[in-house]
Amino acid sequence: MSVLLEIKNVYAGYGERTVLEDVSLTISEGDFMGVIGPNGGGKTTLLKLILGIVRPTSGTVRYNESLIDRRNIGYLPQVSQVDSAFPLVVKDIVLSGLMMHKKLYGRMDRADKERAQNIIRELGLQGYEKATLSELSGGQVQRVFLGRALAGNPRLLLLDEPDNFVDTSFENEFYLRLRELNKKMAILMASHDVGTVSSYVKSFACVNRKLHYHPSPEITNEQLSAYDCPIQLVTHGRVPHTVLEKHE
Amino acid sequence: MIMESILQYDFVIKGLLGCLFASITAGIAGTYIVSRRLVFLSGGITHASFGGIGIGYYAGFSPVAGAAVFGILSALGIEYLSIKQKLREDSAIGILWALGMATGIIFIFLTPGYTPNLMSFLFGSILTVTTADLISLGLLSVVLIIYFSVFYRTILYISFDENYARTYTSYVNVFKYITTALLALTIVLNIRMAGVVLVLSLLTIPPNIAMLFTRNYASVMRWSVLFGFIGAVTGYGMAWFAGIPAGAAIIFSMVVIWIISRIFTSVIKKINKKYSES
Repeated sequence: MSVLLEIKNVYAGYGERTVLEDVSLTISEGDFMGVIGPNGGGKTTLLKLILGIVRPTSGTVRYNESLIDRRNIGYLPQVSQVDSAFPLVVKDIVLSGLMMHKKLYGRMDRADKERAQNIIRELGLQGYEKATLSELSGGQVQRVFLGRALAGNPRLLLLDEPDNFVDTSFENEFYLRLRELNKKMAILMASHDVGTVSSYVKSFACVNRKLHYHPSPEITNEQLSAYDCPIQLVTHGRVPHTVLEKHE
Repeated sequence: MIMESILQYDFVIKGLLGCLFASITAGIAGTYIVSRRLVFLSGGITHASFGGIGIGYYAGFSPVAGAAVFGILSALGIEYLSIKQKLREDSAIGILWALGMATGIIFIFLTPGYTPNLMSFLFGSILTVTTADLISLGLLSVVLIIYFSVFYRTILYISFDENYARTYTSYVNVFKYITTALLALTIVLNIRMAGVVLVLSLLTIPPNIAMLFTRNYASVMRWSVLFGFIGAVTGYGMAWFAGIPAGAAIIFSMVVIWIISRIFTSVIKKINKKYSES
Protein backbone atom coordinates (compact mmCIF):
# COMPACT_ATOMS: atom_id res chain seq x y z
CA MET A 1 0.00 0.00 0.00
CA SER A 2 1.37 3.39 -0.91
CA VAL A 3 2.20 5.98 1.68
CA LEU A 4 -0.23 8.90 2.07
CA LEU A 5 1.71 11.07 4.43
CA GLU A 6 4.77 11.05 6.55
CA ILE A 7 5.36 12.88 9.82
CA LYS A 8 9.04 13.09 10.72
CA ASN A 9 10.59 14.18 14.03
CA VAL A 10 7.90 16.76 14.63
CA TYR A 11 7.72 19.06 17.64
CA ALA A 12 4.51 21.04 17.97
CA GLY A 13 2.52 22.96 20.56
CA TYR A 14 0.72 26.15 21.43
CA GLY A 15 2.86 29.17 22.27
CA GLU A 16 5.38 28.18 24.90
CA ARG A 17 3.73 24.83 25.59
CA THR A 18 5.10 21.86 23.69
CA VAL A 19 2.47 19.18 23.23
CA LEU A 20 4.14 16.80 20.80
CA GLU A 21 7.77 15.84 21.08
CA ASP A 22 9.83 14.16 18.38
CA VAL A 23 6.82 12.50 16.78
CA SER A 24 7.19 10.34 13.68
CA LEU A 25 4.37 8.48 11.96
CA THR A 26 3.62 7.12 8.51
CA ILE A 27 0.05 6.77 7.25
CA SER A 28 -0.63 4.56 4.25
CA GLU A 29 -3.62 3.71 2.12
CA GLY A 30 -5.91 1.24 3.82
CA ASP A 31 -4.77 2.11 7.34
CA PHE A 32 -7.31 2.08 10.16
CA MET A 33 -5.36 3.43 13.08
CA GLY A 34 -6.55 4.07 16.61
CA VAL A 35 -4.85 7.05 18.24
CA ILE A 36 -4.97 6.51 21.97
CA GLY A 37 -3.56 8.30 24.98
CA PRO A 38 -4.59 10.31 28.04
CA ASN A 39 -6.52 13.59 27.83
CA GLY A 40 -4.12 16.41 27.09
CA GLY A 41 -1.62 13.88 25.72
CA GLY A 42 -1.71 15.40 22.24
CA LYS A 43 -4.24 13.32 20.27
CA THR A 44 -6.13 16.33 18.96
CA THR A 45 -2.90 18.21 18.27
CA LEU A 46 -1.68 15.28 16.17
CA LEU A 47 -4.87 15.44 14.07
CA LYS A 48 -4.57 19.22 13.71
CA LEU A 49 -0.97 18.79 12.65
CA ILE A 50 -2.07 16.49 9.84
CA LEU A 51 -4.78 19.00 8.87
CA GLY A 52 -2.27 21.84 8.79
CA ILE A 53 -4.08 23.89 11.46
CA VAL A 54 -1.18 23.42 13.86
CA ARG A 55 2.25 23.93 12.33
CA PRO A 56 5.30 22.01 13.53
CA THR A 57 7.91 24.07 15.39
CA SER A 58 10.44 21.65 13.95
CA GLY A 59 10.31 18.51 11.83
CA THR A 60 8.21 17.92 8.73
CA VAL A 61 4.76 16.75 7.66
CA ARG A 62 4.95 15.59 4.07
CA TYR A 63 1.96 14.60 1.93
CA ASN A 64 2.32 12.22 -0.97
CA GLU A 65 1.00 14.83 -3.35
CA SER A 66 0.10 12.45 -6.15
CA LEU A 67 -2.49 10.92 -3.83
CA ILE A 68 -3.44 13.46 -1.22
CA ASP A 69 -3.32 17.08 -0.16
CA ARG A 70 -5.04 19.06 2.58
CA ARG A 71 -8.25 19.21 0.57
CA ASN A 72 -8.98 15.53 0.58
CA ILE A 73 -8.63 14.95 4.27
CA GLY A 74 -12.00 14.55 5.98
CA TYR A 75 -12.25 15.74 9.57
CA LEU A 76 -14.73 14.98 12.33
CA PRO A 77 -13.78 17.26 15.24
CA GLN A 78 -14.97 16.85 18.80
CA VAL A 79 -18.41 18.26 18.20
CA SER A 80 -19.29 19.06 21.78
CA GLN A 81 -18.20 22.67 21.18
CA VAL A 82 -20.82 23.32 18.53
CA ASP A 83 -24.00 25.18 19.47
CA SER A 84 -26.86 22.88 18.46
CA ALA A 85 -29.38 25.75 18.50
CA PHE A 86 -27.52 27.59 15.74
CA PRO A 87 -29.94 28.24 12.85
CA LEU A 88 -28.20 26.00 10.34
CA VAL A 89 -29.93 23.00 8.77
CA VAL A 90 -28.48 19.52 8.23
CA LYS A 91 -28.14 19.93 4.47
CA ASP A 92 -26.07 23.10 4.87
CA ILE A 93 -23.85 21.48 7.49
CA VAL A 94 -23.07 18.59 5.15
CA LEU A 95 -22.44 21.09 2.33
CA SER A 96 -19.85 22.88 4.47
CA GLY A 97 -17.66 19.81 3.96
CA LEU A 98 -17.24 20.94 0.34
CA MET A 99 -15.79 24.33 1.28
CA MET A 100 -12.21 23.14 0.82
CA HIS A 101 -12.98 22.74 -2.87
CA LYS A 102 -14.56 26.20 -3.09
CA LYS A 103 -13.41 29.79 -3.17
CA LEU A 104 -14.38 31.85 -0.12
CA TYR A 105 -17.03 33.54 -2.25
CA GLY A 106 -18.01 30.24 -3.80
CA ARG A 107 -21.56 29.12 -4.45
CA MET A 108 -22.91 25.60 -4.14
CA ASP A 109 -24.19 24.32 -7.48
CA ARG A 110 -26.68 21.59 -8.30
CA ALA A 111 -24.01 18.87 -8.35
CA ASP A 112 -22.85 19.88 -4.86
CA LYS A 113 -26.39 19.75 -3.54
CA GLU A 114 -26.96 16.35 -5.11
CA ARG A 115 -23.75 15.08 -3.57
CA ALA A 116 -24.87 16.30 -0.14
CA GLN A 117 -28.26 14.70 -0.67
CA ASN A 118 -26.65 11.36 -1.54
CA ILE A 119 -24.53 11.43 1.60
CA ILE A 120 -27.57 12.30 3.69
CA ARG A 121 -29.37 9.31 2.20
CA GLU A 122 -26.40 6.96 2.70
CA LEU A 123 -26.21 7.95 6.34
CA GLY A 124 -29.91 7.34 6.85
CA LEU A 125 -30.72 10.98 7.54
CA GLN A 126 -33.29 11.55 4.81
CA GLY A 127 -36.25 13.55 6.06
CA TYR A 128 -33.96 15.58 8.31
CA GLU A 129 -32.46 17.82 5.60
CA LYS A 130 -34.20 20.88 6.98
CA ALA A 131 -33.77 20.07 10.66
CA THR A 132 -31.30 21.81 12.97
CA LEU A 133 -29.02 19.84 15.27
CA SER A 134 -31.22 20.54 18.29
CA GLU A 135 -33.96 18.42 16.69
CA LEU A 136 -31.69 15.36 16.33
CA SER A 137 -30.50 12.59 18.64
CA GLY A 138 -26.85 12.20 19.61
CA GLY A 139 -26.31 9.45 17.07
CA GLN A 140 -27.90 11.49 14.30
CA VAL A 141 -25.80 14.54 15.13
CA GLN A 142 -22.71 12.40 14.88
CA ARG A 143 -23.80 11.11 11.47
CA VAL A 144 -24.36 14.69 10.26
CA PHE A 145 -20.78 15.56 11.15
CA LEU A 146 -19.55 12.33 9.60
CA GLY A 147 -21.44 13.40 6.49
CA ARG A 148 -19.66 16.75 6.51
CA ALA A 149 -16.31 14.96 6.78
CA LEU A 150 -17.21 12.68 3.86
CA ALA A 151 -18.62 15.39 1.56
CA GLY A 152 -15.27 16.27 0.01
CA ASN A 153 -14.54 12.66 -1.00
CA PRO A 154 -11.59 12.25 1.38
CA ARG A 155 -8.78 9.73 1.02
CA LEU A 156 -7.96 10.09 4.68
CA LEU A 157 -10.55 10.44 7.42
CA LEU A 158 -9.59 11.92 10.80
CA LEU A 159 -11.97 11.31 13.70
CA ASP A 160 -11.51 13.02 17.06
CA GLU A 161 -13.11 10.94 19.81
CA PRO A 162 -16.26 10.11 17.90
CA ASP A 163 -17.21 7.75 20.75
CA ASN A 164 -17.37 10.62 23.19
CA PHE A 165 -21.01 11.55 23.01
CA VAL A 166 -22.80 8.92 21.02
CA ASP A 167 -25.22 6.54 22.69
CA THR A 168 -23.84 3.06 23.20
CA SER A 169 -26.63 1.63 21.08
CA PHE A 170 -25.32 3.51 18.05
CA GLU A 171 -21.69 2.79 18.76
CA ASN A 172 -21.49 -0.62 17.15
CA GLU A 173 -23.36 0.53 14.07
CA PHE A 174 -21.03 3.51 13.81
CA TYR A 175 -17.87 1.42 13.94
CA LEU A 176 -19.25 -1.02 11.38
CA ARG A 177 -19.90 1.95 9.10
CA LEU A 178 -16.29 3.04 9.57
CA ARG A 179 -15.06 -0.44 8.69
CA GLU A 180 -17.07 -0.17 5.47
CA LEU A 181 -15.59 3.30 4.75
CA ASN A 182 -12.11 1.96 5.40
CA LYS A 183 -12.36 0.02 2.13
CA LYS A 184 -12.25 3.36 0.34
CA MET A 185 -10.12 5.54 2.62
CA ALA A 186 -7.53 5.45 5.36
CA ILE A 187 -8.89 6.27 8.83
CA LEU A 188 -7.20 7.74 11.87
CA MET A 189 -9.37 7.73 14.98
CA ALA A 190 -8.50 9.36 18.29
CA SER A 191 -10.13 7.63 21.22
CA HIS A 192 -9.69 6.97 24.88
CA ASP A 193 -11.80 3.86 24.75
CA VAL A 194 -9.17 1.33 23.74
CA GLY A 195 -11.34 -1.65 24.56
CA THR A 196 -14.05 -1.04 21.98
CA VAL A 197 -11.75 0.49 19.43
CA SER A 198 -9.34 -2.44 19.41
CA SER A 199 -11.92 -4.73 17.85
CA TYR A 200 -12.18 -2.50 14.77
CA VAL A 201 -8.82 -0.83 14.15
CA LYS A 202 -5.85 -2.46 12.46
CA SER A 203 -3.11 -0.66 14.37
CA PHE A 204 -2.51 1.73 17.26
CA ALA A 205 -0.58 4.93 17.81
CA CYS A 206 -0.16 5.80 21.46
CA VAL A 207 0.30 9.51 22.04
CA ASN A 208 1.50 11.00 25.29
CA ARG A 209 3.83 13.82 24.25
CA LYS A 210 5.78 11.16 22.41
CA LEU A 211 4.25 8.77 19.92
CA HIS A 212 4.63 5.01 19.85
CA TYR A 213 3.34 3.05 16.92
CA HIS A 214 1.93 -0.41 17.47
CA PRO A 215 1.32 -2.34 14.26
CA SER A 216 -1.44 -4.66 15.50
CA PRO A 217 -4.82 -4.12 17.17
CA GLU A 218 -3.93 -6.23 20.20
CA ILE A 219 -2.42 -4.14 22.90
CA THR A 220 -1.73 -5.08 26.49
CA ASN A 221 -1.19 -3.21 29.71
CA GLU A 222 2.47 -4.14 29.68
CA GLN A 223 2.93 -2.60 26.28
CA LEU A 224 1.02 0.49 27.31
CA SER A 225 3.18 1.01 30.34
CA ALA A 226 6.32 0.38 28.31
CA TYR A 227 5.08 3.16 26.02
CA ASP A 228 4.58 5.40 29.05
CA CYS A 229 0.99 5.74 27.96
CA PRO A 230 -1.29 5.68 30.99
CA ILE A 231 -4.82 5.09 29.80
CA GLN A 232 -7.98 3.68 31.19
CA LEU A 233 -8.89 0.48 29.46
CA VAL A 234 -12.66 0.32 29.43
CA THR A 235 -14.85 -1.88 27.40
CA HIS A 236 -18.53 -2.45 26.97
CA GLY A 237 -21.04 -3.84 24.53
CA ARG A 238 -20.36 -6.80 22.30
CA VAL A 239 -16.61 -6.83 22.46
CA PRO A 240 -14.81 -10.14 22.00
CA HIS A 241 -11.85 -8.99 24.07
CA THR A 242 -10.45 -9.34 27.53
CA VAL A 243 -11.31 -6.57 29.90
CA LEU A 244 -8.16 -5.14 31.36
CA GLU A 245 -7.98 -3.40 34.70
CA LYS A 246 -7.26 0.28 35.03
CA HIS A 247 -3.68 1.03 34.29
CA GLU A 248 -1.84 3.05 36.95
CA MET B 1 -49.63 75.54 2.44
CA ILE B 2 -47.77 73.87 -0.41
CA MET B 3 -44.46 74.42 1.31
CA GLU B 4 -45.85 72.79 4.45
CA SER B 5 -47.07 69.64 2.74
CA ILE B 6 -43.79 69.24 0.88
CA LEU B 7 -41.96 69.53 4.17
CA GLN B 8 -44.24 66.93 5.68
CA TYR B 9 -43.77 64.67 2.70
CA ASP B 10 -40.00 64.99 3.01
CA PHE B 11 -40.33 64.20 6.69
CA VAL B 12 -42.31 61.04 6.04
CA ILE B 13 -39.92 59.86 3.34
CA LYS B 14 -36.99 60.38 5.67
CA GLY B 15 -38.70 58.45 8.41
CA LEU B 16 -39.58 55.55 6.12
CA LEU B 17 -36.06 55.41 4.70
CA GLY B 18 -34.73 55.44 8.24
CA CYS B 19 -37.00 52.51 9.13
CA LEU B 20 -35.93 50.64 5.99
CA PHE B 21 -32.18 51.06 6.49
CA ALA B 22 -32.44 50.37 10.20
CA SER B 23 -34.30 47.12 9.58
CA ILE B 24 -31.88 46.00 6.85
CA THR B 25 -28.75 46.66 8.92
CA ALA B 26 -30.22 45.47 12.21
CA GLY B 27 -31.77 42.39 10.59
CA ILE B 28 -28.52 41.22 9.00
CA ALA B 29 -26.25 42.05 11.93
CA GLY B 30 -28.87 40.94 14.45
CA THR B 31 -29.16 37.46 12.93
CA TYR B 32 -25.38 37.13 13.26
CA ILE B 33 -25.27 38.20 16.92
CA VAL B 34 -28.29 36.15 17.96
CA SER B 35 -26.95 33.01 16.24
CA ARG B 36 -23.49 33.43 17.69
CA ARG B 37 -24.90 34.39 21.10
CA LEU B 38 -23.12 37.75 21.06
CA VAL B 39 -25.99 39.71 22.61
CA PHE B 40 -24.01 40.62 25.70
CA LEU B 41 -20.96 41.59 23.62
CA SER B 42 -23.20 43.84 21.56
CA GLY B 43 -24.50 45.46 24.73
CA GLY B 44 -20.89 46.15 25.67
CA ILE B 45 -20.14 47.72 22.28
CA THR B 46 -23.27 49.87 22.49
CA HIS B 47 -22.48 51.31 25.88
CA ALA B 48 -18.77 51.66 25.17
CA SER B 49 -19.65 53.82 22.17
CA PHE B 50 -21.52 56.21 24.49
CA GLY B 51 -18.06 57.19 25.73
CA GLY B 52 -17.28 58.30 22.17
CA ILE B 53 -20.48 60.32 22.04
CA GLY B 54 -19.51 62.19 25.20
CA ILE B 55 -15.99 62.92 23.99
CA GLY B 56 -17.39 64.02 20.64
CA TYR B 57 -19.62 66.58 22.35
CA TYR B 58 -16.85 67.83 24.58
CA ALA B 59 -14.20 68.11 21.87
CA GLY B 60 -16.64 69.52 19.35
CA PHE B 61 -16.53 66.81 16.67
CA SER B 62 -19.39 64.63 15.50
CA PRO B 63 -20.68 62.45 18.34
CA VAL B 64 -21.56 59.74 15.82
CA ALA B 65 -17.95 59.66 14.60
CA GLY B 66 -16.77 59.44 18.21
CA ALA B 67 -19.19 56.60 18.86
CA ALA B 68 -18.07 54.79 15.71
CA VAL B 69 -14.40 54.95 16.72
CA PHE B 70 -15.17 53.80 20.27
CA GLY B 71 -17.56 51.08 19.15
CA ILE B 72 -15.29 49.58 16.50
CA LEU B 73 -12.16 49.73 18.66
CA SER B 74 -13.85 48.08 21.62
CA ALA B 75 -15.40 45.41 19.41
CA LEU B 76 -12.08 44.58 17.75
CA GLY B 77 -10.35 44.65 21.13
CA ILE B 78 -12.76 42.12 22.59
CA GLU B 79 -12.51 39.91 19.50
CA TYR B 80 -8.70 40.11 19.61
CA LEU B 81 -8.54 39.16 23.28
CA SER B 82 -10.96 36.29 22.84
CA ILE B 83 -9.03 34.93 19.83
CA LYS B 84 -5.84 35.08 21.89
CA GLN B 85 -7.83 33.49 24.73
CA LYS B 86 -6.47 35.94 27.23
CA LEU B 87 -9.80 37.03 28.55
CA ARG B 88 -12.68 36.15 30.75
CA GLU B 89 -14.98 37.61 28.22
CA ASP B 90 -18.05 38.41 30.30
CA SER B 91 -16.14 40.31 32.98
CA ALA B 92 -14.19 42.33 30.44
CA ILE B 93 -17.37 43.24 28.57
CA GLY B 94 -19.01 44.27 31.84
CA ILE B 95 -16.12 46.60 32.63
CA LEU B 96 -16.09 48.07 29.14
CA TRP B 97 -19.86 48.62 29.36
CA ALA B 98 -19.56 50.67 32.56
CA LEU B 99 -16.42 52.48 31.43
CA GLY B 100 -18.14 53.69 28.27
CA MET B 101 -21.16 55.01 30.15
CA ALA B 102 -19.00 56.70 32.79
CA THR B 103 -16.76 58.36 30.18
CA GLY B 104 -19.79 59.55 28.23
CA ILE B 105 -21.53 61.05 31.26
CA ILE B 106 -18.36 62.75 32.52
CA PHE B 107 -17.59 64.43 29.21
CA ILE B 108 -21.16 65.47 28.58
CA PHE B 109 -21.27 66.97 32.08
CA LEU B 110 -18.01 68.84 31.38
CA THR B 111 -19.31 70.22 28.10
CA PRO B 112 -20.28 73.84 28.65
CA GLY B 113 -23.82 74.83 27.77
CA TYR B 114 -26.97 72.86 27.07
CA THR B 115 -26.72 69.56 25.24
CA PRO B 116 -30.14 69.14 23.66
CA ASN B 117 -29.47 65.87 21.90
CA LEU B 118 -28.45 63.79 24.89
CA MET B 119 -31.95 62.34 25.28
CA SER B 120 -32.01 61.43 21.62
CA PHE B 121 -28.76 59.50 22.03
CA LEU B 122 -30.09 57.65 25.05
CA PHE B 123 -33.51 56.84 23.62
CA GLY B 124 -33.15 57.58 19.93
CA SER B 125 -35.06 59.92 17.74
CA ILE B 126 -36.01 58.80 14.28
CA LEU B 127 -37.98 62.03 13.96
CA THR B 128 -34.80 64.08 13.90
CA VAL B 129 -32.62 61.93 11.63
CA THR B 130 -30.56 64.00 9.27
CA THR B 131 -29.80 63.36 5.62
CA ALA B 132 -26.24 62.52 6.66
CA ASP B 133 -27.54 59.86 9.06
CA LEU B 134 -29.63 58.37 6.27
CA ILE B 135 -26.77 58.35 3.80
CA SER B 136 -24.44 56.56 6.21
CA LEU B 137 -27.11 54.01 7.18
CA GLY B 138 -27.95 53.51 3.51
CA LEU B 139 -24.31 52.92 2.62
CA LEU B 140 -23.94 50.49 5.49
CA SER B 141 -27.02 48.61 4.25
CA VAL B 142 -25.45 48.24 0.82
CA VAL B 143 -22.11 47.12 2.27
CA LEU B 144 -23.76 44.56 4.54
CA ILE B 145 -25.93 43.14 1.76
CA ILE B 146 -22.93 42.77 -0.55
CA TYR B 147 -20.62 41.37 2.14
CA PHE B 148 -23.17 38.84 3.38
CA SER B 149 -24.26 37.71 -0.07
CA VAL B 150 -20.78 37.36 -1.56
CA PHE B 151 -19.24 35.56 1.42
CA TYR B 152 -22.49 34.00 2.69
CA ARG B 153 -21.30 30.44 3.25
CA THR B 154 -17.89 31.44 4.56
CA ILE B 155 -19.33 33.81 7.17
CA LEU B 156 -22.05 31.33 8.08
CA TYR B 157 -19.74 28.34 8.50
CA ILE B 158 -17.14 30.29 10.47
CA SER B 159 -19.75 31.43 12.94
CA PHE B 160 -21.21 27.92 13.21
CA ASP B 161 -17.95 26.01 13.74
CA GLU B 162 -14.77 28.02 13.44
CA ASN B 163 -12.55 25.08 14.34
CA TYR B 164 -13.75 23.20 11.32
CA ALA B 165 -13.50 26.32 9.14
CA ARG B 166 -9.82 26.53 10.03
CA THR B 167 -9.27 23.26 8.16
CA TYR B 168 -10.04 24.92 4.81
CA THR B 169 -9.21 28.59 5.24
CA SER B 170 -6.57 30.59 7.05
CA TYR B 171 -8.78 33.70 6.93
CA VAL B 172 -11.02 32.79 9.87
CA ASN B 173 -9.73 35.62 12.06
CA VAL B 174 -9.86 38.15 9.22
CA PHE B 175 -13.53 37.36 8.67
CA LYS B 176 -14.25 37.55 12.38
CA TYR B 177 -12.64 41.00 12.60
CA ILE B 178 -14.45 42.36 9.55
CA THR B 179 -17.82 41.02 10.66
CA THR B 180 -17.38 42.35 14.19
CA ALA B 181 -16.38 45.79 12.89
CA LEU B 182 -19.48 45.90 10.67
CA LEU B 183 -21.53 44.79 13.64
CA ALA B 184 -20.17 47.67 15.73
CA LEU B 185 -20.87 50.13 12.94
CA THR B 186 -24.44 48.83 12.67
CA ILE B 187 -24.97 49.36 16.38
CA VAL B 188 -23.50 52.85 16.37
CA LEU B 189 -25.46 54.11 13.36
CA ASN B 190 -28.68 52.68 14.74
CA ILE B 191 -28.17 54.49 18.04
CA ARG B 192 -29.64 57.50 16.20
CA MET B 193 -32.77 55.44 15.64
CA ALA B 194 -33.36 53.71 18.93
CA GLY B 195 -30.78 55.15 21.33
CA VAL B 196 -28.09 53.58 23.48
CA VAL B 197 -30.63 52.04 25.81
CA LEU B 198 -32.90 50.47 23.19
CA VAL B 199 -30.71 49.74 20.15
CA LEU B 200 -29.89 46.24 21.31
CA SER B 201 -33.54 45.21 21.08
CA LEU B 202 -33.69 46.58 17.54
CA LEU B 203 -31.06 43.98 16.67
CA THR B 204 -32.22 41.06 18.77
CA ILE B 205 -36.03 41.06 18.62
CA PRO B 206 -36.50 40.65 14.82
CA PRO B 207 -34.26 37.53 14.54
CA ASN B 208 -36.03 36.05 17.52
CA ILE B 209 -39.38 36.56 15.79
CA ALA B 210 -37.95 35.11 12.57
CA MET B 211 -36.58 32.04 14.34
CA LEU B 212 -40.10 31.16 15.46
CA PHE B 213 -40.91 30.52 11.79
CA THR B 214 -37.67 29.28 10.24
CA ARG B 215 -34.34 27.76 11.23
CA ASN B 216 -32.57 28.42 7.98
CA TYR B 217 -29.96 31.16 8.42
CA ALA B 218 -30.67 32.95 5.13
CA SER B 219 -34.40 32.94 5.80
CA VAL B 220 -33.86 34.16 9.34
CA MET B 221 -32.00 37.16 7.89
CA ARG B 222 -34.73 37.93 5.35
CA TRP B 223 -37.59 37.53 7.81
CA SER B 224 -35.73 39.64 10.39
CA VAL B 225 -35.49 42.50 7.93
CA LEU B 226 -39.20 42.17 7.13
CA PHE B 227 -40.38 41.94 10.75
CA GLY B 228 -37.98 44.72 11.70
CA PHE B 229 -39.45 46.95 9.00
CA ILE B 230 -43.06 46.22 10.02
CA GLY B 231 -42.20 46.94 13.66
CA ALA B 232 -40.27 50.10 12.83
CA VAL B 233 -42.97 51.56 10.57
CA THR B 234 -45.71 50.73 13.08
CA GLY B 235 -43.70 52.34 15.86
CA TYR B 236 -42.87 55.33 13.71
CA GLY B 237 -46.57 55.79 12.93
CA MET B 238 -47.48 55.54 16.60
CA ALA B 239 -44.84 58.12 17.47
CA TRP B 240 -46.11 60.41 14.75
CA PHE B 241 -49.76 60.25 15.73
CA ALA B 242 -49.50 59.92 19.50
CA GLY B 243 -46.50 62.19 19.95
CA ILE B 244 -44.50 59.62 21.90
CA PRO B 245 -40.74 58.91 21.56
CA ALA B 246 -40.18 56.92 18.35
CA GLY B 247 -37.42 54.62 19.62
CA ALA B 248 -39.58 53.40 22.48
CA ALA B 249 -42.63 53.04 20.22
CA ILE B 250 -40.65 50.96 17.71
CA ILE B 251 -39.30 48.59 20.33
CA PHE B 252 -42.75 48.33 21.89
CA SER B 253 -44.39 47.35 18.62
CA MET B 254 -41.63 44.81 17.92
CA VAL B 255 -42.23 43.14 21.26
CA VAL B 256 -45.97 43.05 20.49
CA ILE B 257 -45.23 41.36 17.13
CA TRP B 258 -43.00 38.88 18.94
CA ILE B 259 -45.76 38.04 21.46
CA ILE B 260 -48.38 37.63 18.71
CA SER B 261 -46.02 35.41 16.67
CA ARG B 262 -45.24 33.34 19.72
CA ILE B 263 -48.92 32.70 20.41
CA PHE B 264 -49.58 32.09 16.71
CA THR B 265 -46.83 29.48 16.32
CA SER B 266 -47.74 27.61 19.49
CA VAL B 267 -51.41 27.46 18.44
CA ILE B 268 -50.36 26.15 15.02
CA LYS B 269 -48.19 23.54 16.69
CA LYS B 270 -51.08 22.39 18.89
CA ILE B 271 -53.42 22.15 15.92
CA ASN B 272 -50.85 20.14 13.96
CA LYS B 273 -50.41 17.82 16.92
CA LYS B 274 -54.16 17.25 17.21
CA TYR B 275 -54.37 16.50 13.52
CA SER B 276 -51.57 13.99 13.61
CA GLU B 277 -53.10 12.32 16.67
CA SER B 278 -56.59 11.94 15.25
